[in-house]
Amino acid sequence: MAKKQNIIDEAKEAIQKAAETVTDTVKDVLEDEKTQKIVKQVKKTAEKVADKVQDIVDAPETKEAADALKDAAGKVAEAVKAAVSGKTEKIITPKDAKIPEGPLAEKWTNYKAHQKLVNPANKRRLDVIVVGTGLAGASAAASLAEMGFNVLNFCIQDSPRRAHSIAAQGGINAAKNYQNDGDSVYRLFYDTIKGGDYRAREANVYRLAEVSNNIIDQCVAQGVPFARDYGGLLDNRSFGGAQVSRTFYAKGQTGQQLLLGAYSALSRQIGKGKVKMYSRYEMLDVVIIDGRARGIIARNLVTGRIERFFAHAVVVGTGGYGNTFFLSTNAMASNGSVAMQIYHKGAYFANPAYAQIHPTCIPVHGTFQSKLTLMSESLRNDGRIWVPKKLEDAKALQAGKLKGRDIPEEDRDYYLERRYPAFGNLVPRDVASRAAKERCDAGYGVNSTGLAVFLDFSDAIKRLGKDVVAAKYGNLFQMYEKIVDENPYENPMMIFPAIHYTMGGIWVDYELQTSIKGLFCIGEANFSDHGANRLGASALMQGLADGYFVLPYTIQNYLADQITVPRMSTDLKEFVDAEKAVEAKIEKLMGIQGKRSVDSIHRELGLVMWEFVGMGRTAEGLKTALTKIKEIKKEFWSNVYIPGSAEGLNVELEKALRLADFIEIGELMARDALNREESCGGHFREEYQTPEGEALRQDDKFSYVSCWKYMGEDQEPELIKEPLDYEFVQRQTRNYKA
Amino acid sequence: MDKTINIKVKVWRQAGPKVKGHFETFELNNISTDSSFLEMLDVLNEKLISERREPIAFDHDCREGICGMCSLYINGHPHGPDDEITTCQLHMRKFKDGETITVEPWRSAAFPVIKDLMVDRRAFDKIIQAGGFISVNTGGVPDANAIPIPKKNADLAMDAAACIGCGACVAACKNGSAMLFVSAKVSQLALLPQGQVEAARRAKAMVAKMDELGFGNCTNTGACAAECPKGIKLSNIARLNREFLCAKLKD
Repeated sequence: MAKKQNIIDEAKEAIQKAAETVTDTVKDVLEDEKTQKIVKQVKKTAEKVADKVQDIVDAPETKEAADALKDAAGKVAEAVKAAVSGKTEKIITPKDAKIPEGPLAEKWTNYKAHQKLVNPANKRRLDVIVVGTGLAGASAAASLAEMGFNVLNFCIQDSPRRAHSIAAQGGINAAKNYQNDGDSVYRLFYDTIKGGDYRAREANVYRLAEVSNNIIDQCVAQGVPFARDYGGLLDNRSFGGAQVSRTFYAKGQTGQQLLLGAYSALSRQIGKGKVKMYSRYEMLDVVIIDGRARGIIARNLVTGRIERFFAHAVVVGTGGYGNTFFLSTNAMASNGSVAMQIYHKGAYFANPAYAQIHPTCIPVHGTFQSKLTLMSESLRNDGRIWVPKKLEDAKALQAGKLKGRDIPEEDRDYYLERRYPAFGNLVPRDVASRAAKERCDAGYGVNSTGLAVFLDFSDAIKRLGKDVVAAKYGNLFQMYEKIVDENPYENPMMIFPAIHYTMGGIWVDYELQTSIKGLFCIGEANFSDHGANRLGASALMQGLADGYFVLPYTIQNYLADQITVPRMSTDLKEFVDAEKAVEAKIEKLMGIQGKRSVDSIHRELGLVMWEFVGMGRTAEGLKTALTKIKEIKKEFWSNVYIPGSAEGLNVELEKALRLADFIEIGELMARDALNREESCGGHFREEYQTPEGEALRQDDKFSYVSCWKYMGEDQEPELIKEPLDYEFVQRQTRNYKA
Repeated sequence: MDKTINIKVKVWRQAGPKVKGHFETFELNNISTDSSFLEMLDVLNEKLISERREPIAFDHDCREGICGMCSLYINGHPHGPDDEITTCQLHMRKFKDGETITVEPWRSAAFPVIKDLMVDRRAFDKIIQAGGFISVNTGGVPDANAIPIPKKNADLAMDAAACIGCGACVAACKNGSAMLFVSAKVSQLALLPQGQVEAARRAKAMVAKMDELGFGNCTNTGACAAECPKGIKLSNIARLNREFLCAKLKD
């Protein structure tokens, strides 16, 4: 008997130990090999226990104890299972993301107080490559050069001033509280987190709100002509998703003025020789030496020559990947190729599915269309969005028998004001876009394709007078009239949602460093601040925050350890190999000599993306998209035709190289959207909505950043999660109704 | 339904900077009048590609009239026959059925042709690098509302700052002068208190660089302002002359 008791005790103890080990293992599954080893040990122990149980199970007096043991063994088995599946679930912890300790409001201050710096004499010895000259790239290149680093700056256009940041119209947010309407850093932080549907990193967003005020000061000092009141002080306007007026603006050309500010700072450094500017150059790969980014391979777009460039660190600010959809508000040459290049080299791609569909764009008008034009969100300050209440009116509008102004007030459905009384026409972009789609799907569209709603200024003109409306929005009205050939002062504008911005992008830690050492990513190209939806006037804020006030600090923490690294020769094997791979890819593309133009295949991809990975997504649709994208990829790599040769200027070759990457991004977007079984912000899965058609998050399952790690050609990428544990903000269902 | 037109496009073709160029004429049928001029060129390029011929190289990017990348001298006008727009905002409804449309690159000594309709406008960047900025580093600047600026000055500065650096003014000028471009930047910064500190140095440096790069002299024909897609006014040139004279007198 005593022997039996001993066995039972022993077994109990073993099980206890096994369970503890398993629990610990689940918590700590980062190291693959370690996990495997522990799991094996646990299994062995469990087997031993089972054997011992078998020994005693026949004796009737021990039946009860044996049953208890069996139960416990079952639990162990389950725990083992969990541990094994946990092995495939890699986690990025706040520590991995280098989020500083301390209360939210002190994190950035603490970071700056304790980070490493590079002394002025050493800065001269360090080279930094900055790719891109938009708000993020130009401001970073200028700031780094001012500090003393040698900067090599690249852009694909003929001049750094052309970057697509220039097209941003509405404005830039900052928590100045100049209007005395209760704004604060915390409120801007909170609005951004909420607007992003609780899918952004708290520490990054708080820092963004913190530095927002410095940006406005900086831009004014540079001579950016922001709008002013008669007293000579700065004016503000309101934007979607906020109840305060915190948006600074320069007519409808804020992006242009901010970019020209950054461009002038950059030009000053080019003039001084601190920045070497390479325009009409396109980056084609990053060069990694001993696990660190040490340079890039770029193509001179005029001569066609492939060239190698060394630097101690590489900064990527190449914008978003909205052009995956072919039709978007992005510029024609905007692309996601650099993101794909570094993804292929090991940088994680985070939240690819989060794409913003902007509610106020000029509707598609024909099959020859090359891009979509945005009408600034600021128009929603004074414009009212509506469709007819009666289906027969909508039909008459679609047939061209009626004009918007012919429909009497009582027959208009101001659906945003009806559904969201508190925010009305100023709900966030994702909400406004879906509401427009809902009305058009129900048959109330107002143009010949049935895919448009009205944005009406007649009330504003009555209230403020035509002159005031013209002063505020004149250039936008002119732009509309030139494109659509209709006067928006007399007849309401027609608008429809279109792809505009991508919140997803390359994963970065708090220092804006990617998962590759020495490789940084800034602006729209990274994923960090907007969660699942970006608020209006926040893109300019983030681009300039990263470039002026964040990266120039954080990159020093990295470069401080690099001061002893001499400039490397670009004849090193890594450079040679990277260049060879690029040349091989170009040769392969030029050699296909198929029948289809690059654009025709890109259009096809765009239609698949818009239909299945656009505003409303379903599991079935996303699976269809994945199949179709695979077919398009095959078609592209077997049937594309690129005229001319790889030497010299060849626009079709440039487009083909970009399309090859768009196809892969499309696939990644669909994959991520399929994985994320919830609706949040710009990502709307039709299976997950409230009875009223609002987005339904699944916080218990999907409160994480999806980071995709490339595993090789035709291999499924690995999903790594960065859990978003909100320390300072209470997660709520977004409510713009009351 | 959409209205369509049939047109002939007479396009300048030039293989490289040093090669002799020539005109080539293409026929295009059923072009929607709702399409933009550049979309018409897209259609033409698709046609050329399908015939396995080399497409026409032209600069363009944002296609909403703000980046300044698109150029094209169309029927004798920079950015074509419509007012206050760039080529990308020009629509085919401005052309007649059966019309022959002549398309040339910017022609100026300072803007050499790269290929076909593409030109090198880096000379503009060099002028800005010479002084088109306010010398402030990132950080350490006063609060944005520390210096009130009269609304009138801020608005005038904004009007001047609307320049997109496309180069139409140079292409329109019989002398190939860049005065409108330079004056727009000088005016913007001279109108703001932040820019006045270095106003004299800026005017001198930018004008000197402009002369050095091979741009012509200004003879006040006003063609630049008439063709400017952003409505930059001639009064900016007057302001530049004043700034420049004052600066020289102080020397």
